[in-house]
Amino acid sequence: MTLFFAVLTPFAGAALVALASRLGRSHAARTAGAVTLAALLWLAPSAHLPFNGTLLIQQHDWMPALGLNLAFRLDGLALLFAGLILGIGLLIVLYARYYLSERDSMGRFYSYLMLFMGSMLGIVLSENLIQLLVFWELTSLSSFLLISYWQHREEARQGARMALAVTGLGGFALLGGFLLLGHIVGSYALSDVFAAGDLIRGHPLYVPTLLLILLGAFTKSAQFPFHFWLPHAMAAPTPVSAYLHSATMVKAGVFLLARLYPALSGTPEWFWLVSGAGLATLLLGAYAALFKHDLKGLLAYSTISHLGLITLLFGLSTPLAAVAGVFHIINHATFKASLFMAAGIIDHEAGTRDMRRLHGLWKFMPYTATLAMVAAAAMAGVPLLNGFLSKEMFFAEAAQISESLVGGWLLPALVTLAGALAVAYSIRFIHDVFFNGEPVDLPRMPHEPPRWMKVPVEILVVLCLVVGIAPSLTVAPLLAAAAADTLQAPLPEYRLALWHGFNQALAMSLIALTGGAAIYALRRPLFALHEHSLGRLDARAVYNALLGALFALSGWATRLVDTGSLQRQVFLFLAAALALGFTPWLDSDTPLAGSRTGLPLDPVSLLAGATLIIASLATVWLHRQRLVALITIGVVGLVVSLTFVKFSAPDLALTQLSVEVVTIVLLLLALYFLPQHAARERDPGRVWRDGAIALAAGSGTALLSWAVLTRPYDTIAGYFIDNSVPGGGGTNVVNVILVDFRGYDTLGEITVLALAGLGIYAMLENLRLDAPDRDAAGRAWNRDPYPVIMATLTQLLLPLALLVAVFILLRGHNQPGGGFIAGLVTAVALIVQYLAHGSAWMHERLSGATQPVIAAGLALATLTGLASWAFEHPFLTSTFGHLRWPLVGEFELASAMAFDLGVFLVVVGATLLILVNLGTLHDSRITRKAHL
Amino acid sequence: MEALIALIVGVLTACGVFLALRGQTFPVVLGLTFLSYAVNLFLFVMGRLAIGVPPVINAAAQGYTDPLPQALVLTAIVISFGMTAFVIVLALKARAELGNDHVDGLHSEEDAAR
Repeated sequence: MTLFFAVLTPFAGAALVALASRLGRSHAARTAGAVTLAALLWLAPSAHLPFNGTLLIQQHDWMPALGLNLAFRLDGLALLFAGLILGIGLLIVLYARYYLSERDSMGRFYSYLMLFMGSMLGIVLSENLIQLLVFWELTSLSSFLLISYWQHREEARQGARMALAVTGLGGFALLGGFLLLGHIVGSYALSDVFAAGDLIRGHPLYVPTLLLILLGAFTKSAQFPFHFWLPHAMAAPTPVSAYLHSATMVKAGVFLLARLYPALSGTPEWFWLVSGAGLATLLLGAYAALFKHDLKGLLAYSTISHLGLITLLFGLSTPLAAVAGVFHIINHATFKASLFMAAGIIDHEAGTRDMRRLHGLWKFMPYTATLAMVAAAAMAGVPLLNGFLSKEMFFAEAAQISESLVGGWLLPALVTLAGALAVAYSIRFIHDVFFNGEPVDLPRMPHEPPRWMKVPVEILVVLCLVVGIAPSLTVAPLLAAAAADTLQAPLPEYRLALWHGFNQALAMSLIALTGGAAIYALRRPLFALHEHSLGRLDARAVYNALLGALFALSGWATRLVDTGSLQRQVFLFLAAALALGFTPWLDSDTPLAGSRTGLPLDPVSLLAGATLIIASLATVWLHRQRLVALITIGVVGLVVSLTFVKFSAPDLALTQLSVEVVTIVLLLLALYFLPQHAARERDPGRVWRDGAIALAAGSGTALLSWAVLTRPYDTIAGYFIDNSVPGGGGTNVVNVILVDFRGYDTLGEITVLALAGLGIYAMLENLRLDAPDRDAAGRAWNRDPYPVIMATLTQLLLPLALLVAVFILLRGHNQPGGGFIAGLVTAVALIVQYLAHGSAWMHERLSGATQPVIAAGLALATLTGLASWAFEHPFLTSTFGHLRWPLVGEFELASAMAFDLGVFLVVVGATLLILVNLGTLHDSRITRKAHL
Repeated sequence: MEALIALIVGVLTACGVFLALRGQTFPVVLGLTFLSYAVNLFLFVMGRLAIGVPPVINAAAQGYTDPLPQALVLTAIVISFGMTAFVIVLALKARAELGNDHVDGLHSEEDAAR
């Protein structure tokens, strides 16, 4: 479970941090630091395993029926990434404490950061592909929240949206890719996927799978042509840029390439797609970085370029290139994070990131300048620093591969050019900012930052140096473990050392260093040329045009089906339903009536049926006189209840009868605010048209009912009837189905009811309606609204009514009744009190707080379900027993009764919430606050 | 008897459909109530008609009617009430915001009269 808890810790920590921030600004940072340390501690006991070559897999059942398990995996590659995520995360937490200003919300920032940390940790520790994807999407979401942290800035919101759109699209493609992969392999476990490498590469679906997975990886790691979101994501606070957009999240894409390397690599498709995208990104990023005037813009494009480099290495598909790729992941994370932090310090202290204004800062912040210089030298690939080592390996591999390719000289030439550009923009970063004359019009007088803001940069820079000077003493074991688990094969021969003798790679390094210096010396004419040519191209314009076209398309599609008129929509819907319903009858020669013998018709039923039909037609005929229509529809409801009585459904009859009462009260209350009479239909044609549709629909349902009712059928009712008493402990089968067999459905239904009640409450909040002071005939309302006789009588009846409700609730399991009916009866009893006395009188005696009742009901029903877990049974398993009470005799107690009590409370609460709030709408004597 | 029930379902549906197509909110709510009656009755009678055999286990019972449609319809009745309440309050809200009771949420009386 340790890996699971390591992933869970930051998620739980996110809530903790948000709470801690209420105690004070630094508490949020301290809590975040503690959470990160705690996650590290969960990993610590297993951290030695990958070095021994031991693979740790921890599995817990999640949805075993779907073959989905919560499965975590700790191997070298996972350990490397987890170390980067938590280690750099810790430094970022410290740095951000000093970076964020007084106006920024600490709690929100650290909360989001913890969410991101947990998601990222989840990606790298996942053994199951689907689970990996869930965390993958979570990083997109938390990254969105972090980029848009300064919500008041438009560029932050736009950048966040763009990042989410691009990475979200990639995540979607990745899901497709993983599903295909799972289909090919027959399992989503990484171990199975690794074992099935040959099967995958030989499968006809290999190319689509590869394309979809690469789409996911490339969008996440900002590979060409999806690179454009990353520079815009720089609108985020700098700690976020340092953490997400250089050290960790953008590495998720290359992590995926490394993770699936054993399964997918080694084919020509992989080689050309991956190394092609990598090379293009490497060159484009390095070129664009040189011409950025924004400090963070330069670093963003440099990050894109380095991600391209890593992608290219994995694309080359040789074991040594993969080792170099893993090595460069480590090195880039250290020097780029420290450079971002240095850029953040400069921005923080000088008030601008524009390199046309920042000059000569060496005088003001020599210490920061020294740190930045070391890190920039690592980025340029200067010897004695870590960047040099992995870049040498890269050059060597590029030279090696080129021998076996047609036109192979091109590859070393291009990567050397990219190296030279990297040197040039690194020099620019240092020379422009710290030297090159005097600062131009800075908003603030720059000075060294607070002590603790420099510590994270110092640590990372020391790492760059130590790894660069003595690689075999420091990083070698971790690199070996990570690379071995990337390859899932024995490691190739390689030597981590500063000096490999005079070889092609060294020559390329030397050319890159001198070439870079030359490019920087020629920067003025180059800048002018760039401004007039490629500088005008902007991938964002293409993105915006695409987005605009997409919005236009969806707008058009929406207008096509949605005319904005409910009447028209309902008409179209009914016409389509009728067409679909009647079509099968056209070419069917089955007789309409079946063979089942029906029940004889008795005069009483005929009379009731006639009453219902007449009342229905009267309602339609009189619907413009709304009060009269309400009375006639009440008659209809009554006869429907009688129908249930007649045909052996006492529960339904009771329910329908009590619902009828509350519905009529509800409609009466609403009618008070609606016009009493409606205008006559202006268009007689429409009446005929609607009449025809109504007639068709009515005949359709009547014929259908007739056809079904005259046919015999098979039922599954036998099971419920047989098991009701032995399995559910109740003789009322309908109630046992509701609270036991299908208890989960009922839980959902009372939730819907509660939501409807709350929705109504929300709609009625702050609603101001003008009620007329006279009725339709022009008479004033009666000023004595609460008749004394009714008030007295109902008061006497209330205990009786409540007793009936309790009786119905208690006997519900065995006789007609139950929570729904008892709830409605209680609600009706209380509503009558409201009608007789008015809400002011009621609220003096009853708090009128209905939301707690609903909440208690839902909680009770859910807890009854959860309680069965304690006895190791599935959710909502019911149990029952018999108690012998003195005097009362034997009494049955079923856990389903507690559930039914929950149903009862929700029904009472929701019904009262709806009716009481509507009733008090016009009552100015009660403030809404009083019954909240 | 089956024919009568089929006729009742048909009439309730027809009334519901006609009222649901009206232009003002109140008749539409009445129409939805009619449709709930029709649908609930239709679902209920899918268990076929049976007299005097309620699904309550009893040693003296001669048989039981199908309890499953009854359980389905019981919750459907309560949910229908929730829906009716929601729609009618929505109608009130629309009237408060727009000043008329047309279903299309027209913004003025002239629009509503069109």
